[in-house]
Amino acid sequence: MFRSEEMVLCQLFVQPEAAYVSMYELGEAGIAQFRDLNPHVNDFQRRYVTEVRRCSEMERKLRYVTGELPEPPPPPKPSPRVLTPREINILEERIDYIESEIQEITKNAQNLKTDYLALIELKILIEKTQTFFQDHSAHRKISASVQIYNNEGAIGHLGFIAGVVATPRVPSFERMLWRISHGNIFFKQAQIEEPLKDPVTGHELQKTVFVVFFHGEQIKLRVKKVCHGFQATPYPCPATYKEQQEMLAGIETRIKDLEMVLEQTENHRRLVLTNIARDISTWMVVVRKEKAIYHTLNMFSMDIVKKCLIAECWVPRQDLHILQTALDNGVKASGSPIPSFLHYVPTRETPPTFNRTNKFTQGFQTLIDSYGIASYREVNPALYTIITFPFLFAVMFGDMGHGIIMTAFAAILVIFEKKFSKNKTDNEIWNIFFGGRYIILLMGIFSIYTGLIYNDMFSKSLNIFGSSWRNVYDLHTLNSTSNFDLDPKVAYTGTPYPMGLDPAWQFAGNNIIFLNSFKMKLSIIFGVLHMAFGVTLSVVNFNFFRRPEMILLQYIPQVLFLLLLFWYLCILMFMKWVMYSANATDSALGTSCAPSVLIIFINMMLLKGSNIKEPCKAYMYDGQETIQNFFLAIAFLCIPVMLFGKPVYQLMVARKNKRYQQGVESGEAAEEGHGDGFGELMIVQGIHTIEYVLGCVSHTASYLRLWALSLAHAQLSAVLWQRLLKMGLGAGSYTNAIVLYVIFAVWAFFTLAILVLMEGLSAFLHTLRLHWVEFMSKFYDGQGYAFFPFSFSAILENDDEDVKDKPNPNGGPPE
Amino acid sequence: MGVSILPIAIFTVFWGVVGIVCPFFAPKGPNRGIIQVVLMLTASTCWLFWLCAYMAQMNPLIGPRLSNETLIWISRTWGNPISD
Repeated sequence: MFRSEEMVLCQLFVQPEAAYVSMYELGEAGIAQFRDLNPHVNDFQRRYVTEVRRCSEMERKLRYVTGELPEPPPPPKPSPRVLTPREINILEERIDYIESEIQEITKNAQNLKTDYLALIELKILIEKTQTFFQDHSAHRKISASVQIYNNEGAIGHLGFIAGVVATPRVPSFERMLWRISHGNIFFKQAQIEEPLKDPVTGHELQKTVFVVFFHGEQIKLRVKKVCHGFQATPYPCPATYKEQQEMLAGIETRIKDLEMVLEQTENHRRLVLTNIARDISTWMVVVRKEKAIYHTLNMFSMDIVKKCLIAECWVPRQDLHILQTALDNGVKASGSPIPSFLHYVPTRETPPTFNRTNKFTQGFQTLIDSYGIASYREVNPALYTIITFPFLFAVMFGDMGHGIIMTAFAAILVIFEKKFSKNKTDNEIWNIFFGGRYIILLMGIFSIYTGLIYNDMFSKSLNIFGSSWRNVYDLHTLNSTSNFDLDPKVAYTGTPYPMGLDPAWQFAGNNIIFLNSFKMKLSIIFGVLHMAFGVTLSVVNFNFFRRPEMILLQYIPQVLFLLLLFWYLCILMFMKWVMYSANATDSALGTSCAPSVLIIFINMMLLKGSNIKEPCKAYMYDGQETIQNFFLAIAFLCIPVMLFGKPVYQLMVARKNKRYQQGVESGEAAEEGHGDGFGELMIVQGIHTIEYVLGCVSHTASYLRLWALSLAHAQLSAVLWQRLLKMGLGAGSYTNAIVLYVIFAVWAFFTLAILVLMEGLSAFLHTLRLHWVEFMSKFYDGQGYAFFPFSFSAILENDDEDVKDKPNPNGGPPE
Repeated sequence: MGVSILPIAIFTVFWGVVGIVCPFFAPKGPNRGIIQVVLMLTASTCWLFWLCAYMAQMNPLIGPRLSNETLIWISRTWGNPISD
């Protein structure tokens, strides 16, 4: 993982018969990225377009059948071997047959359901209209006028039409009828209580039974048209009671028969689907793989003369033997006498960047690749990110309790990862957390360690080894004053707390003053080290790409500038920690004389002296002024070396080449282009130099975010405890137990939501920025492109998302 | 100098073993280099972190400001009973 793998460009000469099996094996192995040798050919004119179309059809049918299944199908069984084209034909026919069978069954069921619905509606209609006609039989005039010739009323008598209409339409239906008949109709309605199921859509609809009484042919026609317009279904309804009962009896028998037939149809359908459900996932996988193979085969170019397919692909050098085996297997399987062979193509093109990762390193590699894919074979920062990323996160997060929560969560994800990776879910947030489980695990573990050193567990400290601060006051003094600043001369035992911060500091009112000093120095020390590491990685690149002069012209001045100025600052910090103490015999090394390291550094940069009163000394050690001026001078001398070194070197090299060239032939060296090239080179180098020099200062200060976030986290944690949880702790009464129960729930919720999730996300983002900008800008080039091999696993995973976006190459409807 | 040799020795030896000795015993395989880098980086960063915390407290220039109640409590519970 130190740098990306070496890639070779291979040309394959494959026989068309052997191509399929070879591609199948290569798809399983996932080692080769094929280049499209027919970029100008239309998708419809490619060689294997019919096969791709056939596969798309099969996929569509399988998807249709999958949609008809009542529950999701079981996962696919791994296919042991590749299917021959003949077997694929058989599979295609079988899928075709199944699809048509299911379609037929579904259509039959729909027809049956429509008939069933009609019968039910008719039955309800008759039952309801019995009341209407019974009412009317009281009015003799009307009853004498009712004729029963298929609902046709004679002239001068009332006719009627009975039917069923959707309930929401009833008011407008009635209004329309009223309008077209100028009020000369009699409209009676009754709603059906339970909703009926529409056979086509499956939705439930509320329907209303209606009867329209009218007078005359004209109105009858108009009423019929209105019924048709409102999609009201008229039914033949007999008027006399006797005929109605006969009809009802007939309908009942028909309904019973239909119900039986429907049930049998449903059972048959379910049986067919169950039989298919077992195999359908496997078939889908087979079809998708076949389609992928044919897509890739379309990228090959056909050599008419030699009658073989030519392919070009990028393969990692380590995997060449797999490629060869795949080709040989293809030849063997097809029984073709002509072997396939590959040969390397030396090329000047930039190969893709490929980093072989396992499930642990993949997360970190993704973090780095999100910034930019590494250039071909440049040093890979992801290797170091495995530790520096969680560590810098932990410096900002630094709480043992929250670290334990984070580690536990990540540990669950990791221990059950096989089970979790089987459920494919669209939930983005879960996928992000699950994909980064190893990162979160390491972040949690390091947070526990830094929490131990910061001595912070939910804002409380642990006292494992015994504090180094003692009480030195007697009872009388303690009773008289409320706050005491412990003097390190008397109250300090002489040796520091062995591991981490002393537990006495968590009670201290001036806690922050001490912590600020400590954490700021810590941040600068780690920042300068991280950046120096980054600059040194550029040496690895110079060494590999055989540019040793750059080590002298770029690396040495850069690292000297960084170390002489900022590592000197860190050395001053270490010296201050060691030299100045409360028990110093020399008063110049006592607590009141301890200088501010930052002021010394600023004075050094500004070449200013300092006025310090006796007995304190202006400088920490003898000869400091001379050494500082010396460092400053060398650092400033490094700047012109950085600025002019590379361009001047390239100028000299170009001149030497030109002289050589002119000695060989009287060719013209492009003088003007040469001059322009130098100007451009200077500008680029100037930008890089300014970026580096200013970046040194600003990035060093940027690492102070390690201090800032750690402070914020500690303060939030303390607030939650002091202002929230403390309310529930106290007297041991029973009511207090309930109060504590509730307050603990609130405290736990806020701890998780704000401190673990929000602060965790924030620290993650800041750490990511520190890596991307402060660390990687010192050496990273990042101009490569990623390696996307032809791999079935990648295709099968992405198929569900891409299916909607990818334009269909077959010109059929989008799938 | 307020330094006690024992903690320094223990922690330096511990992280030294993790960072310098253990990489030699990294299992042979494709991940050998990764494991070695991980061990070395972990040891160096963790040791440096501990060292900074230790050195910052070796010669404290200020002491904690504690209330009288806290002082009475720590003197009683941390084994330094008040005379008088």
